[in-house]
Amino acid sequence: MLLQRFLVRLSTMLVTLFGVAVVVFVVIRVAPGDPIAMMLPPGASDDDIARLRALYGLDKGIVQQFFIWLGGVLHGDFGTSISLRQDVLGLVFNRLPATLELATVALLMAVAIGATAAILGARERGTAVEAGIDIASGATLSIPDFLWGLVLILLFGVLIPVFDISGRVSPQLDLPFVTQFYLVESLLRLRFDLTWDLLKHMLMPAVALALPLAAIIAQLLKQSLKEVLDLDYVVLARVKGFSETQVILREALKNAALPTLTLVGVQFTFLIGGTVIVERLFSYEGLGNMAIDAVINRDLPLIQGIVLVFALLFVLINLTVDMMYALLNPRLRHG
Amino acid sequence: MDKARTSSRRTSPRLWLAGGWLLLALLAAILAPLVAPQDPLAQDLMLERLPPFWLDGAEPGYWLGTDSLGRDLLSRLIFGGRIAFIVAFAAAASACLIGSALGLIAGYFGGWADRIISRVVDIWLAFPPVLFAILLVAVLGTGLSSVIIAIAVIDWTRFCRVIRAEAMSQARMDYVESARIAGYGRMGIMLREVLPNVLPSVVALLSLEMGIAVIVEAILSFVNLSISTDDPTWGGMIAEGRLSIHQAWWVLVFPLTTLILTVLCFSQFGEGLKARFDPVLR
Amino acid sequence: MSATAKPCLEIRSLSAVLANGQRVLRSVSLAVQPGEVRALVGESGAGKTMIGKAVLGVLPKSVRIVEGEMIIEGEDLGRLDAKARRTLIGARTALIPQDPLTALNPSRRIGPQMTDRLVRILGWSGDRADSRIRQLLDEVQIRDPERVLKSYPHELSGGMRQRVLIAAAFAAEPRLIVADEPTTALDVTVQKQILRLIAELQRDHGTAILFVTHDLGVVAKISQKVSVLYAGKVVEEAATVDLFASPQHPYTRALMLATPRYTDPYASLKPVDETVLAGLAAEIAAADQAWRPSHG
Repeated sequence: MLLQRFLVRLSTMLVTLFGVAVVVFVVIRVAPGDPIAMMLPPGASDDDIARLRALYGLDKGIVQQFFIWLGGVLHGDFGTSISLRQDVLGLVFNRLPATLELATVALLMAVAIGATAAILGARERGTAVEAGIDIASGATLSIPDFLWGLVLILLFGVLIPVFDISGRVSPQLDLPFVTQFYLVESLLRLRFDLTWDLLKHMLMPAVALALPLAAIIAQLLKQSLKEVLDLDYVVLARVKGFSETQVILREALKNAALPTLTLVGVQFTFLIGGTVIVERLFSYEGLGNMAIDAVINRDLPLIQGIVLVFALLFVLINLTVDMMYALLNPRLRHG
Repeated sequence: MDKARTSSRRTSPRLWLAGGWLLLALLAAILAPLVAPQDPLAQDLMLERLPPFWLDGAEPGYWLGTDSLGRDLLSRLIFGGRIAFIVAFAAAASACLIGSALGLIAGYFGGWADRIISRVVDIWLAFPPVLFAILLVAVLGTGLSSVIIAIAVIDWTRFCRVIRAEAMSQARMDYVESARIAGYGRMGIMLREVLPNVLPSVVALLSLEMGIAVIVEAILSFVNLSISTDDPTWGGMIAEGRLSIHQAWWVLVFPLTTLILTVLCFSQFGEGLKARFDPVLR
Repeated sequence: MSATAKPCLEIRSLSAVLANGQRVLRSVSLAVQPGEVRALVGESGAGKTMIGKAVLGVLPKSVRIVEGEMIIEGEDLGRLDAKARRTLIGARTALIPQDPLTALNPSRRIGPQMTDRLVRILGWSGDRADSRIRQLLDEVQIRDPERVLKSYPHELSGGMRQRVLIAAAFAAEPRLIVADEPTTALDVTVQKQILRLIAELQRDHGTAILFVTHDLGVVAKISQKVSVLYAGKVVEEAATVDLFASPQHPYTRALMLATPRYTDPYASLKPVDETVLAGLAAEIAAADQAWRPSHG
């Protein structure tokens, strides 16, 4: 049953990805600007332009172009970046790890902050503590990551300059890394000085991304915890002698987390979408920052590649969440 | 009973506070040429980076100080509000219209219409929205209408999902069938029965969407892709403030505070309206 | 059971109100001697479950105790701080809940749910807890403990789950068990078996039980003493034999007429008489009148 569920999701996922490819291709090809003209010095001959058009496949019909591109993508060939004159896939893979590390740290922070607030609010239900958590999470939720980023820059970049607000790592450092997963690699190499430097750069953008999600988790999880806390097996656990905190952690949390999980999955994709502007804000060298450059430079192959990779990330997250939901729910696992 | 009473007592001030700020900002934007103390475009290098009025070195008439080109911040904020509100109303209304229409069609007709529209919504959700907006504006060319179109094209899915769910549950009700037998048109029934039910949610979404539109416009201005660079926008002011943050914090603080207040008020106003008019919550 | 022994549970004039001030328990007093089964009988809404929950410290937040004492083996619960009270309740009492379908955590296996009190509250070793649980599963006639301990609740039938809950309740050798309508949610055929099991285990372990039920037939089978409850007030208290032989209160008599008998299943059942209800209402009003001046 699990396998069947997986295959169904997988097929809809492929349809979605195909749709994304079509949409981004159509959107880009109706662009009035000519990317080739931008690449060449003024006064280039028509011959030069025609040669370049042919090189990038721009001289064919739009449907034909699409399938040529799609065929390439299926073989792992995303084309060549017009502005950077490099293989798109290589460029994307070079930047993706930075974004993944940032998003993962942000997610962990959101879960930690949100779950703590939810558990506290559920334990102190009906008190001023819960009311305070409600107000704080409501306000936090209304302010998007872009604005949180700016607030953090003001607070911790200017007012109390304790964290770095620009870049991924201090430029003067000598980096021994062979992969782009700097944070992971610094941990594996036990270079905790580098880990600290990376985290100092990552902290502000990660908090900006994490806050709205933390607020959503706090609200949803608290609500479902409160529902679960009235159930008989929780009452039984209290009779057994467990404290309210133990009751919440041992008996209620897992069952309450299940409905929250699906929503957190969707929200995590929003968080990753948010990296685009937050990376820009903090000059963090990730995929999103490169995407904005690609749009400004009208680098069509690079835009296509990046959008497709983001879409792939999104559908993979949704698939993972769906499977996790099935795995964590004993009824579905054995049914 | 008790609970309902306390909650409506609690939502009321937030509705008034949020609505009050929005009204104030809207009036200032409409009456900008009358209320702005200075010409928002006038540059004066003698007056660059003047601090706000309570700090040493402030000039009278420049209440919130000036930016690095000597332009008056308060006047630019007031004029920037014009763009913000135009984008908010136009983009949210367009997104609402597109989304509601598609949602009604999907929910009421079901079958293929629903499958195609739902699939499109799925595809839309697989795009990073900010990147999508930047891409669309880059393709359409910068300008007010491009910004509005981009936001509407991206955010219609919010409205579509809400309306579709409601239309689906209504389409199954008996009275829809009996109204049809009585000879009313399908779409007429739909509009009469579904709209009142979804109105509170749609109004809340609309208000929320206005806040989102203001943010997206600011983000586009921030990456220099919104409207022409001459006219003051809040996002443009933020981009400017981000650059001179170490020399003059107020250039960033004032537009940022304005933006946060406005966005917060849009969402609280929406929530407040929903709590007020939702028959279930009331 | 010597006459000097302290009662296992003593409740003295316990009163509770809802958030809106409505009284739900009206100066309830009762005592349960060690090894004794005390039935609490009444219609739904009479407050019988509320008493059980009050003793175990799991009243809903909407209910507030305004007066009275609850004493477990000489320890006044009101004088203990929250932590000590919880530990005392965990060590000396247990609950057999009403609905076995909702009383087990759906996402945890049966085994750990049965042993967690022994290991984490009472500090037993895992092995000792495990063998104890297996012994109890044997006593409740579960023949394949291996499978049951590894199961998730939804894999067991309602009767099986109630056996598991009964075994878990007796496992820590509590002095007092609150049984909250433990057979109500079960099929009629299973009800009798479960009732017999509880009676057997109670006799073998010598545990006192506060048995909450609305069923006088169950009262007759299992209890030595009965308290009849109406609107949160004890209207009659007697040894079970005496109660059935000569019910004193008109409400008790009416309740008996409203209960089907095995000896005469076709006899028509009478709803509680209106004059009886009027008398009860007057009695409650008088009690509240006497209570309010001193408590506002």
